[in-house]
Amino acid sequence: MRRLLRDPVATLGFGLILLAVFVALFAPWLAPYPDDAFDSHLLQRLRPPSAEFPFGTDNLGRDILSRVILGTRDALTVALAVVGAAMLIGVPVGLVAGWREGWLAELLMRVTDVFLAVPQLILALALGQLMAPGIGTAMLALALTYWPFFARTVFAETRRLRGALFVDALAGIGASPARILLLHVLPNAAPAILVRATIGMGFTILTAALLGFLGVGAAPPSPDWGLMVSEARQHLPEAWWFPTFPGLAIFLLVLGFNLLGDGLRDLADPRLRRSR
Amino acid sequence: MLRYLLRRLALSLPALLGLVLLTFVLSRVVPGDPAAALAGDAATPAQIAEIRAQYGLDRPLAEQALIHLKQVVQGDFGRSIFSGRPVAEEILQRLPATLELTFAALLLATLIGIPLGLIAAMNHNGLIDHLVRLMSVGGLAIASFWLAIMLQLVFSMELDILPLRGRLDVALGSPPRLTGFLMLDTLLAGRLDMFLSACRHLVLPAVTLALPGIATIARFTRSGVLETLQKDFVLYARAAGYGRVRLAAIYVLRNAVTVTVTQIGLLFGALISGAVAVEAVFDWPGLGTYAVQAILAADYKALLAVTLVVGVVYAVVNVLVDLAQALIDPRIAGAGR
Repeated sequence: MRRLLRDPVATLGFGLILLAVFVALFAPWLAPYPDDAFDSHLLQRLRPPSAEFPFGTDNLGRDILSRVILGTRDALTVALAVVGAAMLIGVPVGLVAGWREGWLAELLMRVTDVFLAVPQLILALALGQLMAPGIGTAMLALALTYWPFFARTVFAETRRLRGALFVDALAGIGASPARILLLHVLPNAAPAILVRATIGMGFTILTAALLGFLGVGAAPPSPDWGLMVSEARQHLPEAWWFPTFPGLAIFLLVLGFNLLGDGLRDLADPRLRRSR
Repeated sequence: MLRYLLRRLALSLPALLGLVLLTFVLSRVVPGDPAAALAGDAATPAQIAEIRAQYGLDRPLAEQALIHLKQVVQGDFGRSIFSGRPVAEEILQRLPATLELTFAALLLATLIGIPLGLIAAMNHNGLIDHLVRLMSVGGLAIASFWLAIMLQLVFSMELDILPLRGRLDVALGSPPRLTGFLMLDTLLAGRLDMFLSACRHLVLPAVTLALPGIATIARFTRSGVLETLQKDFVLYARAAGYGRVRLAAIYVLRNAVTVTVTQIGLLFGALISGAVAVEAVFDWPGLGTYAVQAILAADYKALLAVTLVVGVVYAVVNVLVDLAQALIDPRIAGAGR
């Protein structure tokens, strides 16, 4: 942790994420007009930024600053749920496939390859469409297409650790495979998993926003950033503030996760630290 | 080299087969009875049964899967539920537009990304290095649909110097379709005005799509060059008195760039995903807009076909990338023999 904070870039990322978490936790108190998630005020529609509305108002007269603040909670929750679920599938698959030889390992990794054979968004779109569209299915589709990345990472780590001397020693004194995997291999693979998860958070926020933008994710009137940018398109070029601020929010939050992921990767892989 | 190519092709087959199976499974979890959906609302039970027999939906699942595989290999993806036209035809119509956009972006990303990464690494820990690092993280954090809209706002709406949407000026008409690639078709038709219009239309979409690519390529080139700079042969070349530019161009880049080439292959997947967003914003008549239309119209056949086609294109690109890598570094082709 202390080494991480010595890296200014990673610290900036960490700061951005802390800020976002703070905003998400206290959103209803921080937002100047917390009811603007749903209420519309048609008399004050499309007002440019001012002291009253720092980010301006949208096509239904809602305060964009409030909606950006309220949207932080959804963005973080969606990303956490998706990455968490992907981890729950991908990590066990990677552990088992990496530990064992034979048909099961082979089958698991081939299935992983199939999922990696199509760009994630396309697969998520196909999956999301076949179930009823909506934020729930979008999340499920994202989780179902992100787990292979965890499986690959954990597979590589497990294969690397399987040959390690301490693993041999553990097997020698009679530790069961489950015990070795869960108590010894998994903690050693944790840094790689953490890096993958951090980058996955940023990636998922981007993709979820894109799904919202395309109309297959969050549905109106929820204060989803992607959805807000999409709603803004009909009001350009007059209302430049309308797409600008939600898009900036996406950028800052994803930037936070990417910077932190970068710093963590350098820490986790000493080979790379040399090149900094 | 040929043996390497064949082996590499054989390796990508299982994943593609699996993909066909996956799309089959997906098409079977469609809510409701596909035969009833095909027959329409007014169909009698007898008509539904007839359609079920006609499409082989009454056979065992394994047999249906085989039929599905056979149809896919023959390029038969069925008819679009939305337009009634063969899906394969519609996809062929739109694929060139997406490929043109993606290749333009890839070219842009390579031409800008590699020099950026090289310059950054040669100025390790200097101002340029820090700027490139920041850009390479920041470029991946921008939502492409948002960037597209902001570029439209500035360059098309406010400054009015680049077109807002589409591939060509409608007023110019369109060239006879030979390849579907407008860059080629306009030149083959001898219409320079159309060619220039097509170029102007390509600028904003290609730049939007290229940005994450520039970031990725710059980043991997930078770390590849930094790693190569530590090698003994570079030390030797330095001791022999080579200047920095000559060192970079002749010795370092070729050795450093193999990692980058792998990344270009992986990038292609990201580019296709990005193309969905970019095409949606710029009304680019490619596969991305087709996929979005298919979603909104609940046209699952079209969507599954797009998934498969993208998977095949992705696999082909990755084979090509491996081949390029083997050409740059002959050790790779020999390694698994």
